[in-house]
Amino acid sequence: MNLTLHVWRQKGPRERGRFVTYRATDVSADMSFLEMLDVVNEGLLLKGEEPIAFDHDCREGICGACGMVINGRPHGPKARTTTCQLHLRSFRDGQELWLEPWRSRAFPVVKDLIVDRGAFDRVIQAGGYISAAIGSAPDANAVPIRKENADLAMDAAACIGCGACVAACPNGSAMLFTAAKISHLGLLAQGQPERYERAAAMVETMDAEGFGSCTNHNECEAACPKGISVAFIARLNADFVRARLTEGRRLEQVGEGGV
Amino acid sequence: MNLDARIPQGPLEQKWARHRAELKLVNPANKRKYTVLMVGSGLAGAGGAASMAELGYEVKCFCYQDSPRRAHSIAAQGGINAAKNYPNDGDSVYRLFYDTVKGGDFRSREANVYRLAEVSVNIIDQCVALGVPFAREYGGLLANRSFGGAQVSRTFYARGQTGQQLLLGAYQALERQVARGKVEMFPRHEMQELIVVDGRARGIVVRDLVTGELEAHLGDAVCLATGGYGNVFFLSTNAKGCNTTAIWRAYKHGAGFANPAFTQIHPTCIPVTGEHQSKLTLMSESLRNDGRIWVPKKQGDTRPPAEIPEDERDYYLERMYPSFGNLAPRDISSRAAKRVCDEGRGVGPGGQGVYLDFAEAIGRLGEDAIREKYGNLFEMYERITAENPYKVPMRIYPASHYTMGGLWVDYNLMSTIPGLFVLGEANFSDHGANRLGASALMQGLADGYFVIPYTIGDYLARTPRHSVSGDHPAVRAAVDAVRARIARLMGIKGKRTPTSFYRELGSLLWERCGMSRNRAGLEEALARIPVLREAFWRDLTVAGEAGELNQSLELAGRVADFLELGELMVRDALAREESCGCHFREEYQTEDGEARRDDARFAHVAVWEYTGEGRAPLRHEEPLTYESVHLATRSYK
Repeated sequence: MNLTLHVWRQKGPRERGRFVTYRATDVSADMSFLEMLDVVNEGLLLKGEEPIAFDHDCREGICGACGMVINGRPHGPKARTTTCQLHLRSFRDGQELWLEPWRSRAFPVVKDLIVDRGAFDRVIQAGGYISAAIGSAPDANAVPIRKENADLAMDAAACIGCGACVAACPNGSAMLFTAAKISHLGLLAQGQPERYERAAAMVETMDAEGFGSCTNHNECEAACPKGISVAFIARLNADFVRARLTEGRRLEQVGEGGV
Repeated sequence: MNLDARIPQGPLEQKWARHRAELKLVNPANKRKYTVLMVGSGLAGAGGAASMAELGYEVKCFCYQDSPRRAHSIAAQGGINAAKNYPNDGDSVYRLFYDTVKGGDFRSREANVYRLAEVSVNIIDQCVALGVPFAREYGGLLANRSFGGAQVSRTFYARGQTGQQLLLGAYQALERQVARGKVEMFPRHEMQELIVVDGRARGIVVRDLVTGELEAHLGDAVCLATGGYGNVFFLSTNAKGCNTTAIWRAYKHGAGFANPAFTQIHPTCIPVTGEHQSKLTLMSESLRNDGRIWVPKKQGDTRPPAEIPEDERDYYLERMYPSFGNLAPRDISSRAAKRVCDEGRGVGPGGQGVYLDFAEAIGRLGEDAIREKYGNLFEMYERITAENPYKVPMRIYPASHYTMGGLWVDYNLMSTIPGLFVLGEANFSDHGANRLGASALMQGLADGYFVIPYTIGDYLARTPRHSVSGDHPAVRAAVDAVRARIARLMGIKGKRTPTSFYRELGSLLWERCGMSRNRAGLEEALARIPVLREAFWRDLTVAGEAGELNQSLELAGRVADFLELGELMVRDALAREESCGCHFREEYQTEDGEARRDDARFAHVAVWEYTGEGRAPLRHEEPLTYESVHLATRSYK
């Protein structure tokens, strides 16, 4: 099959970008989308032109490195699929495709289709962890956890940090990403001691990094390759409100009876 | 080359405890005066960086990815072993130790493996404390499943994403230390050179992959946790960026390289479909708990699987290895698959595939139970192949997956260069000639969380402190060497892309130094690799500039190192005139085609020493002595 690609080329963060048109000819429907780009890039290299820069690593949908907007949709047309897991059989012969980087104030373009997602790491630094010093842990079965909670925590923890939620959001909000981590840790017994401080600190950092607010468009869930549910955003809001209400006060004064 | 492994004295069960009691300590107030450089941010790297920072050391951590959370540990699917014996099925530290030594075909160090089995139980405790959402039973306690090479259920898992969850636990611990200011993180930085001053590892040169700038970073010790070199075969289950550059630089500075020929070919991967294929995808070994592997009994049988009656199918693993069946170890399962395909009984396009069939398990347990256990793997399979594995058996074939070989380290994880420590898959230490499933995660976290925090202190406490300035001749020389190498790659301006050389090297090694090897093939490879390398340095083309983000330059540098490493692998395979674990030399097999070890000549670690450009490396031996385990012929029948 043949495809026409209009690819966003941008030399660096402060340079102007533009679309450049390339053709992918005689590619097979069984190839992955990134393998098609590999073929285009080999052709460019042989002509002495610079290949299209894009992030990718595991190519099996788990590392979260890849991601581009394909015809207006983060990670392309197929639901619950990262760019690297997309195959050309999802496209029509002769189709025209527009490839762009994630567009968000908090994710500046580094080059071509590559953006800087360092803001996500900084949101995690703000509190997306459990402070358990290595070597200090009790026996793993000392605290049983309801299977429903463990399963729900795993649903949230499945986030790969690709940034598609931000790219899909009209406000460039990182609520789904942040909510997934707050929910994952907040659903587990081990995550309780820092639960509310964690929610407050992560939300503050998220705002400070330039991500927008959530106005319930739910585009994030639709774009998420791991199908993370927007229901987790409600958990974030609940924990955040509680954190604000109890700020500066000891928990027993507001009637917190533990988990 | 000094290959004293520094194994502690005393009975096996007491070695680690005794050693910890004897290791020197750094005073808590002095720890912040030491800087440790950690290259890599996977389980071993992130775990080690976080643990050392927690102790009080200043840590700088480097990774080539845009975030430490993307290290390839994340792709491990099935699980992590630990001798918890929660299922009450007879497991123990000794049994995990024994299974691992036996699985490695008696080519690993007893003391190291015993320590690994010992700390495995702490790993699970620590991971739960860090919030890893392991699978649980309805009573709220942790669930277990079985993996290859074991007759107990000791594998803990988080759906089919165990590596992801363990890595995120370590990554979050790391980010916590970044927030505390104890770890400085350098994403999109790739190590290009090791800095050795007065015989000790004191720093590294990294390339900032965004600006192309070269930076020298100095410290009191250097840790490499840069993963394996399975990508030397071009097609593998490794992430595209995985490479050998860091350990190869160390080798060229005098670090011994142990058992480079011990490369693991994983039996259950999705088969190759076309010439543009860029990587192979693993289907977790855990699928072999419920999937049955078979091929048609008849050669060239092209009927759809559903039309082949039961009595015309050969469930060859169950037939050949009745007591382990579909859970035979990886090396044995891979070779059996190759054998039936070589006999013309392979399935799918090109006949390079075997069936992994869930029909029986779905009939017994129901589709929902199978979906709960393996849902994401089934989805992944369908996405790649456009076939529904709930209805049609999966097609699988072996692929390069893991490397047991790596830099030689002593019991303290230190290489032959003082001050250079090597963790996780990058070292050779624990898996002998074959790694059992669910043991890579165990080793990465053991090294990072529970070994290096102790052993690094001993080294630092015993080493006099001298600061090294940024304009020390060794620092300048290292930076200049990197600059010259990059200029050379950029300056060839030939006609072939890095990928074209890479594919050629990969297919040569896969054919001649892959699942089975023989003298003639290895000698041919040994003659052809230098020719290919010469062509690379004559006819390579790289686009763009060195002083910017340049992915073709990054790849060219990695391929240049693979072209050298590939030759060392072949030399090692040629010198080891026996079959053991994943190293199968066709000349050395039993009548029924099993590996024939030669303990009299080869019960040792082969350690290679670099002797200079264009000169043959030297092969040294570290003898393996077995005090607790009887060297038996491995049998899974």
